[in-house]
Amino acid sequence: MIHTRRIIPSAASGLALIAALPASAQEFITVASTTSTENSGLFGHILPMFQEETGIEVRVVSQGTGQALETGRRGDADVVCVHARAQEEAFVSDGYGVQRFNVMYNDFVIVGPNDDPAGLRDASDAASAMAAIAGAEASFASRGDDSGTHVAEMNLWTAAGVEPSGTWYLSTGSGMGATLNTAAQVPAYALTDRGTWLSFENRGDLEIVFEGDEVLFNTYGIILVNPERHSHVKAEQGQAFIDWIISDDGQAAISSFTVGGEQLFFPSAASQ
Amino acid sequence: MDGPFVIAFRLIASGDPALMQIIGLSLRVTLTAVLIACAVGLPLGAALALARFAGRGAVIVVFNALMGLPPVVAGLIVYLMLSRSGPFGSLALLFTPTAMIIAQTLLILPIVISLTRSVVEDLWAEYREQLLSLGAGRLRAVPTLLWDGRVSLLTGVLAGFGRASAEVGAVLIVGGNIAGHTRTMTTAITLETARGQLGLAVALGIILLTLTLTLNAAAWGAGQWARGRLG
Repeated sequence: MIHTRRIIPSAASGLALIAALPASAQEFITVASTTSTENSGLFGHILPMFQEETGIEVRVVSQGTGQALETGRRGDADVVCVHARAQEEAFVSDGYGVQRFNVMYNDFVIVGPNDDPAGLRDASDAASAMAAIAGAEASFASRGDDSGTHVAEMNLWTAAGVEPSGTWYLSTGSGMGATLNTAAQVPAYALTDRGTWLSFENRGDLEIVFEGDEVLFNTYGIILVNPERHSHVKAEQGQAFIDWIISDDGQAAISSFTVGGEQLFFPSAASQ
Repeated sequence: MDGPFVIAFRLIASGDPALMQIIGLSLRVTLTAVLIACAVGLPLGAALALARFAGRGAVIVVFNALMGLPPVVAGLIVYLMLSRSGPFGSLALLFTPTAMIIAQTLLILPIVISLTRSVVEDLWAEYREQLLSLGAGRLRAVPTLLWDGRVSLLTGVLAGFGRASAEVGAVLIVGGNIAGHTRTMTTAITLETARGQLGLAVALGIILLTLTLTLNAAAWGAGQWARGRLG
């Protein structure tokens, strides 16, 4: 009549499964970074080198710059590696981060339909390219997610003297890849980092229609989360990672990462 | 480019260790969540079916409604609880498989509780006289009723498994999709979609569906066998 013993073993085995989850035996740090570094495959390329040298495993949570900095502010990461200079400096001056170091840069490009309805291939600089899109009311897919790329895009609109709005302006509120998927379907113009673009396969009719302006350079910074604010931060290992990535070895590792024979990220630690 | 079925087949045939690790983690997280949800939800659902107390109707409605809890909301709640700045931050559970299990348990529990309550309520209405005449009180009747309703309950458990294995919103937020550590089938599909590797993303989807299909077939077979043998 009583079958409780049929239920108890399943509960017990459930708890046993939890207990069997691997304890963090190995040394590791958590790095909050951006989708561009993870989606392009950069971390997959350089982190094994760091781990081999130091034995420290790096667990990367890839988010937009805004979310990654919030993860750092909440103390849920030991190191943040993002690309939105003003926000990074605020992160340090507000006491959430210890110090910001230059790591590397890549550049943004504007991609768009290959028939280029707004004539971006003739634009002289990035600001006039953006103004041409707004002038033609050609579709533009924006990240709209407070990411580093979104912040860079908003700066470009400001430089172009445009307040983007209207049915041509599509705020996707999602990551770079999802935004490019949208842009390929519409088709629409979009601002993207070159790394994500080169490793992105679902391009449809999209091509690079504008590149090379200096304002499109995209600098990545790396910051140790302040252990004075979050005492559990693995300051020693986190700093070891920062020291390595800005060292000659780390910088060489960044240079050696290519997609389709093209170098995606350029070391910039020398210019602190 | 190869079609998704070709990619899926090649991935499985190659026995790619990264893929095996992702499949293993997905199964471990979801099955553990299902087990915990059953251990808690089956007795609780049965108790809810048999107990009479003020506000019982409201409790039932709330659990029914929670079956529709959006995974991303469940994930956000667990994230805020487990974050270093949250009440359970000192446990250092954010971005671990354990956090993912907690979030998925939250998603499955209302399904198990509500379905158990419904099944046990019906059985109790049917066998009430008989059980009482045998001297079994309401509490003593719980295991019997659960056992009698096992085939119907299995459907509820499978619904819970399906919800957990298919969701991405919760595990992405609390797990962080860390390669080799908290990357599951669904978060890997999200990542490959973001990379524009749509073929690979669909291939992973095919593998996930095949796994779900296999588990459901096994459960159905077990149910048929139990029905045939035990009547």
